[in-house]
Amino acid sequence: MRAEDICKRFDGKKVLEELSISVSCGELLAIIGPSGVGKTTLLRILNGLLYPEDGDVYFKGEPLTFEDEKDLDKRRKMALLSQKPYPFKDTVWENVAYPLRLRSEEEIDDKVSDALEHVSLLEMADRRAGTLSSGELQRMAFARATVFGPDVLLLDEFTAHLDPYNISVLEDAVEWYVDSKGAAAVMVTHNLFQAKRISHSTALLFDGRIIEKDSTEKIFEYPEDERTEAFVNGEMVF
Amino acid sequence: MVGIRKVQHRKFITVLVVLALITAGLAAWWYIESKRDDILVLATTTSTYDSGLLDEIVPDFEETYGVRVKTIAMGTGQALELGRNGDADVILVHAPEREEEFVEEGYGKYRYEVMYNEFVLVGPEDDPAGVRGSQDVSEAFNRLYENRGSITFCSRGDDSGTHIKEIELWEDAGFDHDEIDSQAHSHWYKSLGQGMGDTLRTANELDGYALTDEATYISLKEEVSGLDIHFSGDQELFNQYGVIPVCENMNPNVNNELGEEFASWIVSEEVQDMIDNYIIDGEKIFTANAQI
Amino acid sequence: MASDLLHVTVLSIFVSVSATLLASAMAVPLGTVMGLHKFRGREVVKTFTYTLYGFPPVVAGLLIYLLLSQRGPLGSLNLLFTPAAMILAQMVLVFPIITGLTMSSVSQVAGEVKETAMTLGADRWQTAKTVLNEARIGVISAIMVGFGRAIAEVGAVLMVGGNIRWHTRVLTTAIVLETRRGNFEYALVLGAVLLTVALIVFFVLKRYQDKGVKI
Repeated sequence: MRAEDICKRFDGKKVLEELSISVSCGELLAIIGPSGVGKTTLLRILNGLLYPEDGDVYFKGEPLTFEDEKDLDKRRKMALLSQKPYPFKDTVWENVAYPLRLRSEEEIDDKVSDALEHVSLLEMADRRAGTLSSGELQRMAFARATVFGPDVLLLDEFTAHLDPYNISVLEDAVEWYVDSKGAAAVMVTHNLFQAKRISHSTALLFDGRIIEKDSTEKIFEYPEDERTEAFVNGEMVF
Repeated sequence: MVGIRKVQHRKFITVLVVLALITAGLAAWWYIESKRDDILVLATTTSTYDSGLLDEIVPDFEETYGVRVKTIAMGTGQALELGRNGDADVILVHAPEREEEFVEEGYGKYRYEVMYNEFVLVGPEDDPAGVRGSQDVSEAFNRLYENRGSITFCSRGDDSGTHIKEIELWEDAGFDHDEIDSQAHSHWYKSLGQGMGDTLRTANELDGYALTDEATYISLKEEVSGLDIHFSGDQELFNQYGVIPVCENMNPNVNNELGEEFASWIVSEEVQDMIDNYIIDGEKIFTANAQI
Repeated sequence: MASDLLHVTVLSIFVSVSATLLASAMAVPLGTVMGLHKFRGREVVKTFTYTLYGFPPVVAGLLIYLLLSQRGPLGSLNLLFTPAAMILAQMVLVFPIITGLTMSSVSQVAGEVKETAMTLGADRWQTAKTVLNEARIGVISAIMVGFGRAIAEVGAVLMVGGNIRWHTRVLTTAIVLETRRGNFEYALVLGAVLLTVALIVFFVLKRYQDKGVKI
């Protein structure tokens, strides 16, 4: 998956400017950067929810049109996990079955059980989704976002405000999913430790552009750009 | 679990099917309704209908002619308006002057007199206005007016046949009805804008006088036990009913043939006897007086 | 009397359920579309719709009467004084209520649900169905309120139905008639039947509110 020269404005204010980035199969890319630099906006553009004023997004070599219906096949191979997932007013089971029903898939029961098992939620399958704790809810949302086997996983601060147990379950699940399915994942986070822990490569988004992208190890140990160095060392970047 | 889900899955479609069926049902209904050959629309007044007389005699017409009668009970004005618009085939009301007008204007074919009942003046048991013993209805109304400081009068105020009669009686007694109506703010004359039953009930609650047809009073006697008849019997108080078949010239959809058959039927000797024999609580309600 | 009561009750249910369903079939999709999309003048349309909640039934009846009268534009359909005319009159009264309440309950959940459904791969039609399903508590309440107004309404059905025995007499018009005739007990029985009918219909709808409909 590749994005080229993305520009996006909100109310005339530039958020992203000629941003380019790509991620390939089996790669877990972390995008780090200070709050408010447009990380979430970037994910939403990658997912086709927002259209960029300029630039193109390529999915497996083909450009997105940013018209809902035309992009449907491509959108159906991507998933976005947001910071605060919305639970449908139904059981956990039905929430996870939802994407499969949208695609009229078969063997729904088996697929849903598998997905729930990976996030240790199988015994809560019949609970109303609205009654889950925030950690359980995020785990359910993960199962819901991966049950249909997307090729690209977009993660937006997916462990923010969660306790260590839930964080580790979710991080394990992400690593397992990327490794076993060979999927590409883009993870937006301001948690440097998380990026360090699980991502293969890391990019720093700053001032509407990607300043530096390299393997996670290199970014954290031998950053080339001084702003990257400052950010990973916990200093203010301006 | 799978089975249950499949059932739920179909609910959306089920709702759509139900909707489609209802629409189809409506279409069929409408088709049947649109054949108006064997349906007669009879427009009458609420007071006539509420007496129960029509429920008693109309089935005989339906059987004899093999048709259905739709009886619609409304105010006199509204009933005549239905005829003007061609929405009714025959009209049975009690406002002779307006009926003549209706025929003259060409909306009605002709008018037969059918029957009459009597208007009576009712009021609180102790008759504070001393209406009892008046020589005629004019005197009775004069006594009401003289005692206006201590009594209440409840008027229908709804342009019904009874209301029209009441206006006539005030005028005949030498008053300007508009002026009396404009004294409403002094609270003795209350223009209610209600049906006969409600007017009687209000008069009962307020210890007021009211002009009513005898039939309605008799049928409500139990409920308005605080009211007695204080004046009746004057020729002026006869409440004449007429039947008018609506003219097909005005509107081609009017079932004039059936309308005329109804008019002839209701003035026939047999039906006139049925009207005379219609009794509620041991009292005769209408007197048949068709002249054929 | 018993067969009278049965006929009147069945007709009441038929007329009001049909009117509510037919009005819902138009009002729910319309309300959903209006709730999902922000368009120019939405606030004006909203206010206008809310104003129509207070549409006087007798005026609705009068308008339908003038429309269906032999002299009116649709007189040749011969619909006046039929149950179809009553259904039409009730639809006119109920339509704005269902549209408005659907619109507001849909717009409350629209943003979040729309995004969630789309990220999980819903097409436009599926997204709309999902939003509607998530807003169902409000939407079904809207239908309940609509049905309540339809079955309790008397002015309009009296005007266009004519309260004809065995034909267009429904619970409310029968109540008016029996009250006028002084049969208070029977009028109260009719009132109790009306409330029972409403209770049963609400109970059925409530089940949908809890369970929802699968996409």
